[in-house]
Amino acid sequence: MAKPVLEVKNLKMYYFTSRGVVKAVDDVSFELKKGEVLGLAGESGCGKSSLGFTLMNMPTPPGKIVGGSIKIDGREIVGLPENVMRREIRWQKISMIFQGAMNALNPVYTVGYQMIEPLLYHKGMEKEEALNKAQRYLELVGLDPEIVYRYPHELSGGMKQRVVIAMALLLDPEVVIADEPTTALDVIVQAQIINLLKKLKKELGLSMIFITHDLSILAEVSDRLAVMYAGKIVEIGDSQKVYYEPAHPYTQRLLSAIPRLHEDVEKLEFIPGQPPNLIKPPTGCRFHPRCPYAMQVCKEQIPQLTKVDEDHYAACWLL
Amino acid sequence: MAEPVLRVENLKKYFPIKRGLLGALRGEPHRYVRAVDGVSFEVHKQEVFALVGESGCGKTTTGKLVMKLLEPTDGKLYLNGQDVTELKTQEEVKNYRRHVQMIFQDPFSSLNPRFRIYDVLEEPLLIHGIGETRAEREELVYKALEMVKIVPPEDYVGRHPHMLSGGQRQRVAIARALILNPTFIVADEPVSMLDVSIRAEILELMKDIKERMGVTYLYITHDLSTARYFSDYIAVMYLGRIVEMGPAKVVIDNPIHPYTRALLAAVPEPIPERRNIIKEVPIKGEVPSAVNIPSGCRFHPRCIYMEKGLCDVKHPQLIEYEHNHWVECWLAGKI
Repeated sequence: MAKPVLEVKNLKMYYFTSRGVVKAVDDVSFELKKGEVLGLAGESGCGKSSLGFTLMNMPTPPGKIVGGSIKIDGREIVGLPENVMRREIRWQKISMIFQGAMNALNPVYTVGYQMIEPLLYHKGMEKEEALNKAQRYLELVGLDPEIVYRYPHELSGGMKQRVVIAMALLLDPEVVIADEPTTALDVIVQAQIINLLKKLKKELGLSMIFITHDLSILAEVSDRLAVMYAGKIVEIGDSQKVYYEPAHPYTQRLLSAIPRLHEDVEKLEFIPGQPPNLIKPPTGCRFHPRCPYAMQVCKEQIPQLTKVDEDHYAACWLL
Repeated sequence: MAEPVLRVENLKKYFPIKRGLLGALRGEPHRYVRAVDGVSFEVHKQEVFALVGESGCGKTTTGKLVMKLLEPTDGKLYLNGQDVTELKTQEEVKNYRRHVQMIFQDPFSSLNPRFRIYDVLEEPLLIHGIGETRAEREELVYKALEMVKIVPPEDYVGRHPHMLSGGQRQRVAIARALILNPTFIVADEPVSMLDVSIRAEILELMKDIKERMGVTYLYITHDLSTARYFSDYIAVMYLGRIVEMGPAKVVIDNPIHPYTRALLAAVPEPIPERRNIIKEVPIKGEVPSAVNIPSGCRFHPRCIYMEKGLCDVKHPQLIEYEHNHWVECWLAGKI
């Protein structure tokens, strides 16, 4: 069996706000194998983007990692000093494709200038050599290499997203985190970006964490799927198993809430109520106030991830 | 056949682009963004008519024209058979808006943050002089909130919008549109800002309201899956024109126009076992600007079936390809 490139154990990241402690990532554990795409699904506010930033060891203030471990290629990164993170880990071992490519690029520098920055600082390359490398990566993502001389406003949304992807790959990281990489794009451009990510996965053997709220997109790319609710992973496993035999009531509901393009659906299901406040999450299972099957034990004790099938786990007292 | 609730004939909206001083001195011609460029359709009672397309295709502009938030450059607009293209007085516009209401995309900015929910809902009543006493208006406000399942309404009327969740805000926005008892509602991407589970809830609510109050919808969206679920008819827009139109199921299961086909191929399919297959989207290039619209068929530079000498020269007309299924393509039926 392939060794995991990323191991996350009991990770906790809380936001310390004046109103109280927001438990955005609460006791999350999972592994990512080499060449695998792990889809991370959940609704807004469930902590999926917070988890993405935490994996880069840069939680957005006032967030702090309060416990657990993140190992990339066997090396622990929680607790590493910032200068070591910057010099040795970030972008080289783990990189990120940001949400909303529109705003991820600096409008006053050329594409090339912002792309080669890490090459100059991390690798000590000469400018010429670095630009060459940047051009090679732009070609890899299906762009004209001449784009290095252009400014972001001269590019379309889809092109900017491709630039952002090329930037994330530039230092050949072990793990790439893609945070809603297609959300602001039109359907056709979105499909083209998904195709690009599929191609890169095949050609470069990318290991990727793909974060989005859209389960249809996740089904297109993920080998494994994790569903988050209120700061916790409630179900994780082989994507076909999670998709076709969802074990957790939340996953089941979420899947039946999506209208299908080629199927007649009489009535869409929906989940009554709203996601909980993470300052004072519900006791026991965090989904119990919205769960149609809630029992006494659900209100009192937190369920742990238990095995449903080979490579399929869910956290629910009903199992 | 019964008179349609809304009939739109050859509607156009051109936005002028400012020439610089230099341009004016040189006598350069005026240039326009042709946002909506000759759109015709009909919406019948208690039907949902969806306008589908990518950003910049003119679907929202069409919605605003129907709402009379914009004046058309050309074309006609009929509500229940009455010509409403030109409403002269403020009074006429006000009267029109009693019958035609709108639900906006973003419930976080469409409700005044300084109003209580009660004020949000009472405002249209005050404007239109409905309900003589406060007690009467209060009754109407409570009823509207119950209609959108904000219950019990007593708990919510005193709150401000920031105290509600996104789904609840959108329901308040729907209640505000319903309180005047309109015949026609323009819903511009009403669920695209909401989470999946809440999205389904709002669509169900809008469906329920259609049945109970007999309203007719113009549903503007970029999402083909919700369009298929929610609407009876779908019109696909590209660069200001309707390129294909017909019953929702027909358009989605048997698309004729190459653009509709590309759009449908691009919708992600929730079939995980096919995850390693790269499915090409049958389209070239990117959307051109609505200032320089391509000659002939405006889709020809991106079309993979383009026939030289025909598609790039002559403009195709919207023809009835089969009963009630309209397509604007020279090659309809041949590809």
